[in-house]
Amino acid sequence: MNELLLEYLPILIFFFIAIILSCVFIVLPMMLVEQKPDTEKLSAYECGFEAFDSARKPFDVRFYLVAILFIIFDLEVAFLFPWAISLGEIGLFGFVSMMIFLGVLTIGFIYEWKKGALEWE
Amino acid sequence: MADLLVEFFQWGFGVTLVPWLAIILGIVVGILAIVLPLLLVVAMSVYMDRKVWAAMQMRRGPNVVGPWGLMQSFADGLKLFLKETIIPASANKFIFLLAPALTFILALVGWAVIPFDAGMVLADLNVGILYIFAISSLGVYGIILSGWASNSRYAFLGALRSSAQMVSYEVSMGFVLVTVLMCAGSLNLSEIVMAQKDTFLGVNGYWFTPLFPMMIIFFISALAETNRPPFDLPEAEAEIVAGYQVEYSSMAFALFFLGEYANIILMCAMTSILFLGGWLPPFDWEPLYLIPGWIWFFGKIFFMFFVFAWVKATVPRYRYDQLMRLGWKVFLPISLLWVVLTGLFLLLTDKIPA
Repeated sequence: MNELLLEYLPILIFFFIAIILSCVFIVLPMMLVEQKPDTEKLSAYECGFEAFDSARKPFDVRFYLVAILFIIFDLEVAFLFPWAISLGEIGLFGFVSMMIFLGVLTIGFIYEWKKGALEWE
Repeated sequence: MADLLVEFFQWGFGVTLVPWLAIILGIVVGILAIVLPLLLVVAMSVYMDRKVWAAMQMRRGPNVVGPWGLMQSFADGLKLFLKETIIPASANKFIFLLAPALTFILALVGWAVIPFDAGMVLADLNVGILYIFAISSLGVYGIILSGWASNSRYAFLGALRSSAQMVSYEVSMGFVLVTVLMCAGSLNLSEIVMAQKDTFLGVNGYWFTPLFPMMIIFFISALAETNRPPFDLPEAEAEIVAGYQVEYSSMAFALFFLGEYANIILMCAMTSILFLGGWLPPFDWEPLYLIPGWIWFFGKIFFMFFVFAWVKATVPRYRYDQLMRLGWKVFLPISLLWVVLTGLFLLLTDKIPA
């Protein structure tokens, strides 16, 4: 087998063991402990009164905005990882190229800041 | 490990193991040697957490079950185990149960790449830090899924808050990782630890370098990532009664709880590895190396966990707008600036590791 893939074998087995462990933890009490469900017990909790309607309502668009910003910046971080490792080989040229990339992103960041995308009043 | 097992089976049962089975058995033994102590440490850390808060508030804390209340967590676990598992009628049942399992699984598998001592690591990946980063990012899914599947107002609000908060702090955490990577020149966790040997004036660890502010940012982001006070808005008992956990009971709840604490300890371990020098002793002084590395590592995790508990006991909860402001408007620019400064400094002083 490929050496590189063999390095990941422990992680695969670890995943299996963790999955088995969590299944046992969830299923075992369901089987061993007496279950007495009734309608009141199974209704969604809402401070004593019955839930008016489904909880899945439209929510504030800012949560969505944060998620989009996260994707942009996390991608940026993903680009920075290999760059940081190979900085010794690419030298000043690589550094300056990355600074231009970061500069463009920073302009975008300043724009969204001024637009008020980061405000939570 | 594999050779040892082959010998053991030959000696004990008179069976000769085929090589691949021996390798797999060796890995399984290694995994159990991580998971079982980890679950024990999680139980004890809950106890320690409560004792530290109690001491800071001039209370006694748990002191009834077992000597000094040491068995308290086990009693709590047993109680949770014996409770009825309630699955709300309006919930998506499969996803509802998948969410805590996912949180727990991800909190466990992150430990696969943590080096406990020189060479004492289950999977010595050359991209170990990327793996940890990926696993901790996936942690958001457990919370989103639980909030959605519960089909309850409070759970939904808690999950929204939590996911927005976790992704916000993940960004600055990523930048902090990049600064450390530039100094260490490797994505392998063992090599990052070894790069911290004698950083400055014989002190092991990056905390004694200009990376210290990054350690503070990493630590505070870790608090936000694990939904710990002062950033425990997803749980906010006073407003949304425990948020995404509100519909959970029995072991499904316990898995969230275990996963949360396993994550906290993982974050403590990461702080130790990235900034405090992992298994290296605090000072580069020969007699200190006589103490096994894993004891130093454990001590550093213990110290970081104490700081986690300390913060919870002393700091009031953030407001949501303050939380987002801190993440996006303070930590993100500072850590980005630090990436640039670190790169510039390393280039100009010609200190980039080959």
